[in-house]
Order: sequence, then C-alpha cells, then structure tokens
Amino acid sequence: MVDANAPSSSLGASAPSASQGLSFQNLILTLHDYWSRQGCVILQPYDLEVGAGTLHPATVLRALGPKTWKAAYVQPSRRPGDGRYGENPNRLQHYYQYQVILKPNPKDMQSLYLGSLAAIGLDPTLHDMRFVEDDWENPTVGAWGLGWEVWCDGMEVSQYTYFQQVAGMDVDPVAGELTYGLERLAMYVQGVDNVYDLRFNDDGASYGDVFLENERQFSAFNFEVADVETLKRQFEDMVAQVSRILEHRGPQGQRLALPAYDHVLKASHLFNLMDARGAIAVAERQSYIGRIRDLCKATAAAWVE
Amino acid sequence: MPQLLLELFSEEIPARMQAQAGRDLERMARERLAEAGFLPEAVKSFAGPRRLTLVIEGLPGAQPDRTEERKGPKVGAPQAALDGFLRSTGLTQDQLTERDGVYFALTAKPGRPTPEVIAEMVPAIIRAFPWPKSMKWGTGSLRWVRPLQRILCVFDGEVVPFEIEGIESGDMTEGHRFMGSRAPFRARHFEAYAAGLEANFVVLDPEERKARILEGARTLCFARSVELVDDQGLLDEVAGLAEWPTPILGDMDPAFLDLPPEVIRTSMRTHQKYFAVRDPKTGGLAPNFLVVSNIEARDGGHLVSIGNARVLSARLNDARFFWDEDRKTPLETRLEKLRAVTFHAKLGTLYQRAERISALAGQIAGLIGADKAQAERAGLLAKADLTCGMVGEFPELQGLMGGYYARQQGEPDAIADAIRDHYKPQGPADSVPTAPVSVAVALAEKLDTLVGFFAIDEKPTGSKDPYALRRAALGVIRLISDNSLSLDLRAVTQNHARDAFLATDFDLSLDNFIVDRLRVSLIDQGYRPDYVLAAFRSGWFEGLEIGQFIARVEALTGFLKTDDGANLLIGFNRAASIIAAETKKDGISSHGRPQMVAGAPLEETALLNAWSAIEPRVDAAMKAVDYQGAMTALSELRAPVDRFFDKVFVNDPDRNVRDNRLLLLTAVRDTMQRVADFSLING
Repeated sequence: MVDANAPSSSLGASAPSASQGLSFQNLILTLHDYWSRQGCVILQPYDLEVGAGTLHPATVLRALGPKTWKAAYVQPSRRPGDGRYGENPNRLQHYYQYQVILKPNPKDMQSLYLGSLAAIGLDPTLHDMRFVEDDWENPTVGAWGLGWEVWCDGMEVSQYTYFQQVAGMDVDPVAGELTYGLERLAMYVQGVDNVYDLRFNDDGASYGDVFLENERQFSAFNFEVADVETLKRQFEDMVAQVSRILEHRGPQGQRLALPAYDHVLKASHLFNLMDARGAIAVAERQSYIGRIRDLCKATAAAWVE
Repeated sequence: MPQLLLELFSEEIPARMQAQAGRDLERMARERLAEAGFLPEAVKSFAGPRRLTLVIEGLPGAQPDRTEERKGPKVGAPQAALDGFLRSTGLTQDQLTERDGVYFALTAKPGRPTPEVIAEMVPAIIRAFPWPKSMKWGTGSLRWVRPLQRILCVFDGEVVPFEIEGIESGDMTEGHRFMGSRAPFRARHFEAYAAGLEANFVVLDPEERKARILEGARTLCFARSVELVDDQGLLDEVAGLAEWPTPILGDMDPAFLDLPPEVIRTSMRTHQKYFAVRDPKTGGLAPNFLVVSNIEARDGGHLVSIGNARVLSARLNDARFFWDEDRKTPLETRLEKLRAVTFHAKLGTLYQRAERISALAGQIAGLIGADKAQAERAGLLAKADLTCGMVGEFPELQGLMGGYYARQQGEPDAIADAIRDHYKPQGPADSVPTAPVSVAVALAEKLDTLVGFFAIDEKPTGSKDPYALRRAALGVIRLISDNSLSLDLRAVTQNHARDAFLATDFDLSLDNFIVDRLRVSLIDQGYRPDYVLAAFRSGWFEGLEIGQFIARVEALTGFLKTDDGANLLIGFNRAASIIAAETKKDGISSHGRPQMVAGAPLEETALLNAWSAIEPRVDAAMKAVDYQGAMTALSELRAPVDRFFDKVFVNDPDRNVRDNRLLLLTAVRDTMQRVADFSLING
C-alpha cells in the first residue's frame, strides 16, 4: 500500500500546499531517489534529439528480448512543431519527460506509481487520482500498448502503458512504462499557470530564466530558418547510413543495432523539422513515416538477434 | 438454495467497456450453467472501474444426474460393428436401446458437485472473455482488459478452489483505493460482500452510482440556484470512472461565457468529463462546472475543486485562442486552403467537393422553393471550417463553428444556419433542419457523398460501410419525409452523376440503395415488413419520390386495418390462386378485357360493373398520387368480390364462360396490383 508521507523526507519538507511545492529540479531529484530505491538504473538523458522519452534506446530497444530491465531517466523531448516562440504558457518545442521502464512489470506497479506521486507531494486523500483509458500507439516505431492517462484533479500527469508490441514484435515479458510530463506536473505541484514562472530551483531561478531564450531561438529556427533542402539531404543520408550500418558486424560478430538506431532517431528528428517547416505534403507524409518505421523494424530485428 | 459469488478484480477497466462486460459475464455464466444442466433462479452482474461481479442465486449443491446417449450401428449391421460399439461403451447387447432400427447406448451420468463445475467454468469464461481489446502483463500469457489482480469465488459460503495463471481463487476482496480500511477483507456471501464494499467506499451497482451522481449533483446545483445540463452519455461514462462518485460543483471564470456555449460544453465534456451547468433565469450556461470526483477528500474537496478549475481554465484559454484566431480569417480564405486537402483519391479535393455541393444545393433549392443564390453560397462555404483551429481541436464542432464564423463575417442568417446544420441529421436522435436553404444544403451534402461513392463503385457491403453511406441515405430520407418535400431523387442524382462526376452509365443501384434504406427505416418505425414490401413492389413509381413510397405504405396499412381491406385481401388471394391453378391447367384462351355476357349470373355482372367503374378511378388516383383515394376505390370491390365467390363457379364447363370469368378475376387482381403487391402479404 502507498504511504503518502514517507519518501520525500530525504529532500527536506515538501508540503503539498499549492503555493510551495517542489522546485523543478527537486521534483526530478525526488523521482530519481524514489525510483532508485525501487531498484531502477538511473540513466542520464540520451544525447540525441528525440520526440519522446520512449524513443530512448533504454526503452524502445530494452523493451524487447527476454531480459529483466528497470530504468528511470529524464529525457528532453523535441517537438519542433509545438514551438510558440516562448509566448504560450503551456506549449514548448523542448520539454522534459520523466521516463520509467519496468520489465517485466511488477504486480504492484500501480501502487509503486502512486507512491511516486505521493513522494512529490500529491496526497491521494486530498487529490482525485484517476486511471482513464488511453491506449498508446507510436506508428513510427511500430509500437503499441494498453494503459491509461493518469489524472490528478482532472489534469493528465502521466501516461501509463503496458507495452504489447515494439517494432512489430511482441514484448515478452511485458514492460510497464511510465511517462511523467515534468513541466506540467511541476506547474501543478507549484500551483503555477505559466510554465516560465516555474521555480527551477529554490534559489531564485525560474524556468523562464533557463529556457525562455531557448524557446525563442529554436522556434525561429524550426519554423523559419532550417533549410529544407539540407534537411532532405540529411534525411536521405541517415536512411542510407542505417542500411549500411546494418550490413556490418561488431568485434564479437554482433549486429550494430545501437549505432543504427541512433541514425534512425536522427532521421526521425529531421522528419519532424521538415514537418515544422511545412515541407511535407499530405501525400508524402505516410511514405516518410513508413520509411522510418521500416528502418526502426530492421534495427530492432538486428537488436533482438 | 446456495449462492455463487464471483468477483474478478483488476486494474482500471475502461469506462466504455464496463456495461457490455457485465452483460457478457452474465450471458456466459448462464450459457455454461445451462450446458451443465443448471437452471439458476437468478443471475445478476455488476460492472465497475475495478471489478466485475456476478451473483447467482438458487444453484443446487450438485449437477442434476443426466443420461448420455450414444448412437451405434444399425440393427442388422455386421457383428463386427456391433462388437466394436459394445467394446467402446463397455455395455452388453441386452443393455442397448433400439430406436428406429438403430442401437443406442444410454449411460447414466451422475451429476458432479457444483463447485467442481464452477471451478472449470470460471477459468473457461476468463479465457474466452470477449473484451474489445485485451492485453498480457508481466511474464504470463493470460489476456484480460488490464492486469487481473484477484479472483473471489465462493459457493454456499465456501471458496471454490481453482487457479489460473498463478492467480488462486479465494474469498478476499478490497474496497476503495484511497478510502476506508485500504486492506483486503473477507466476503463469503453477497450480502456481506456488498456491505463490506459500501463500508469501504465502493458503490457496487452502476445504476446506484448514476443515481447518486444525479442526486448529489442536483442538490449541489439547487443550493447555488443553478441547473445541471443533463447528459446521459457522460453520466454513463463518469459512473464508470469512480467507485465512490462524489460530485463537486466548481467555479469557472465568468469571462469564458462569451465563448459559444457549445465550445464550452464540448471542452468540458470531451477533455474533462465535466457536466455543464445552466442558469435557469437566462437559460444560458452558468459560470460553473460539475465534476464527479472519486474521493471524499479530507479537506471537503477544496483542492480537487481548485485543481479542476485551473485545468478547465487552461482548456478554455486554448479554446479562446482558437476562437480569436479563427475569426481573423474569412471563410473564403479558408475555402482556398481546401484545395490542398484530399477528400478521397478518386473524388478530388475538399475544394472540388465544396463546388459540387454548391451547385447541387442550388439545383435542389430551385426544386423545393429555397433561395438558389443563398443555397449555393452556403454550400460553397459549408466545409471551410475544416481548416480552422477550433475544429482541429474539436472535430465534433464542424459545421457549428462554420455557422458562427459565417454570421461573424456578416453572412445572412439563412446562410449561416445552413452552414451550421449541413451535417444534420447525423443519427436517429438528431434534429432535422426545416429552413429551406438549410434543407437544400444538407441534402446536397449527403447526395454528393452518395452519388460520388456510387459513381466510383465504393458501395457498402455487408457490415462494411466505411463512408457511412447508410447514414447519409437515412439523412436524405428524413430530410425529405420530415419536411414533406416532393422531390424526385432519381432526376437529382442522375443529373448530379452526369454533371459532377461525368458518369454516363450511372445505373439505378443508388436508387435501390435508398429505397432499401427507406424500407428498413419504415420497418424500424413499426410498419409491417410485408406491407412495406407489398407497397414498394407494385411498380408504378415514376422517378424516386420518398414521399410517395411512405404515403403508399401508410395508405395500405390503414386500408388493411379496415374490414373491407382484410376481406378484399382474402378475395385477392382466392382470385390469385384460382387464376394460377387454371392457367397451369390449360391456359387462358382469350385475352383482353372481360366481356359483358347476356344471361350471366347477377354476381358476375355486378363484379364486372363494379370493376369497370372502379378501374379508371384507381388509375386516376394513382396518377394523382392519391393513394388514399385508390384504396377507397378498391374497398368498393370487396362486396361484389365476396358475392362473386359465394355464388359463381369459375370453372364452368363452357370454356368461353370460364375464360371470361378468369379474365374478370385477372382484371380485378391487376387493378389491385397497381396499388400494392397483395401477393406479398402474409394472411
């Protein structure tokens, strides 16, 4: 059973009251601490642009195969099309997801998850927590699972999924995946309506101090400056590179699935940039997505080998 | 008699699947119990967010004894076959039963103890359960809608022991996730189970959850002098999202009330699952929302209410952003964007579709007395809102937003209303437009869909109807019938196929499709299927006018309710069978009209006179689409027909006499057939 008051003590008092709440970085530290104590490997963000925390190889690739795997990490997510030049209080082209993967999913995974919410100050006897049906699907990596959006007082604070397939292959044993939208969760915990007003630390730095300029510059790049011809060329280069990598083997005779996957991620981000520039015609869209999915499938097949 | 209590306790079951799951559990248990020879007194199921519960009253302690019958060889079959049968059944020849020349082996099968049967039945039900979508979890291979956590299975106060994929049945359950003892408790009877759940903040019965939500919500609203906006679909859903439903009336910033009320309601409903609240004084929305929480929070729901209000504000701020942005772009500009949007690979872009709808709406307007120019303009702009932000966010507001934006840019009300309503009616419960321009555009939208997909041979087959053509046809039917329009659909669709799709070989399959939908819809409304068929199968329709079909079914149904109608039908059947029998025997040698014969029986002459008088009246009435008149005329045939059959013997030895009488009956039959095919009516 969940103990609503236990885990946050190591980080000092974390009152659930709306006006205080954990700073953005303490929220991350609390989750790290909590999931570390559940036996997870605490990873650092992957050093490539990805559209969602799921795409980190620690989730997509490690979900496959028979091996046990428990990991937690923060992953910046880049969604070029969601940029708003720093002018929208809720939308960012670069934001953070907190990602937990547990394979096989433990029997008490829901309780563990609720324990993590309690750790960051969301007391389930004061807040209304719900598991609302939401089946997850990512066609570009040929993945799907069943699960829920988790609501706290009507706000979606996490996505909770039991992975059934990745890259068209059955996930066996099943992996449980948790994705927390960190900014949104922090806004709720701190009682803030504008993401840039979030307290980043407890020493006066706001989220805006850290990221507002970033949003402005990248919005301009994503929507106006990125050169479409260059992106298209780079995309084709990445596609060719993946095929080439998959023809080679490593020192122990293994397929080079990990470097191949890096290049799939790069291709995927290049596609997102082209899309934000409005360079993808409706008719081309499915073909691009299909190509990325095929690369991903080939890579995943090589990984499972 | 003993009771069976079963609870399948799992992680959260999607709300939309719960009711059906309850019905499936009940059905599967009934079927399997019946197969095992049980006839329980009562079977009831309950479905909720975390559990499916089944309670069965009146099961005996053991299955009834049964006799199993096995068919053996024929009597007199070779001895080897008989010996084989005896070996396999373990019986001797004198123990076999003989029936219809065949040997049967009857073996008494003593009933097994009920718990044994249940212990096999429940795992079988679990494995075969028809969830719309199911999943695996952990290292197992069992499938359920979400991970199955625990099974409570008790018969007559004792655990029915079985195991499925590592889950052992028991007598434990648990209550609310966050309220009550939060510890599992034991339940060995339904009464204790239900009471234990209630004490631990779980309302088992979905109907009870709904009742409590409504009652609580109305009480809260009453105290603040506002009214709940009823929404049955939403009520069903939220009752599946909370085990301890607790309504909370929250506050919304009144500044949002200048958004269209449909936008506020849709945002509340689809994103947040809130009920809207009305101000009874103005009839408009009140600055409140009603959320159904799953807990009675320690602070009385204060934080829950504030939290939900903040989420709603963020949602409505988004909506306001779309509302403000969308209104900066005129619909004409949006229309241009439709050039880049494909409607269907073979049917062009949405822009081309808008042009087609516009032309067709103008043509229909001319036929039904609507303003042609207005219908054309509304048809052209009807799809423009598909590129606006609000419809991108809330697809269900298509049409409605176009109507708002049209009004905003100064279009006349008739055009704005027609844009708003052009998808209507979208289902049997939806209203049908009545304003002439709206009707013309709504018809054009659906007919363009129907003609287009039929022109490229994308017709519905079986249960497959990916373009919702059946719904479009029903919409056309309702638009025409509810507005009592006189409109020849054949001419309209043939012209549209030729003008818009260059289809020169457009056959009557669309006509048949529409007539078929009309037939189904009339039967759904309670008309007798054979009457509908009889009225439809009589030929004599020029073109395709929905109203004529309906009028004929109505007239026929009314006519057959009368004494004259019912008796005339008997006469018709008699005439038809005599004609059929005689024609088969030696044909009819003469054709043409029946003749007046000197010296014929009075009844024959009377019928001939009656028919001669009535035939032109039926003819004229049918041509004038006066089916009531035609039926009235027919009813006058009843008495002479009855008397004819009473007194006249058709099969006269004089062939000329016989043939003339057959001609008379044929004439009567044919006249009746013009009105309806009476041969299709079941006595």
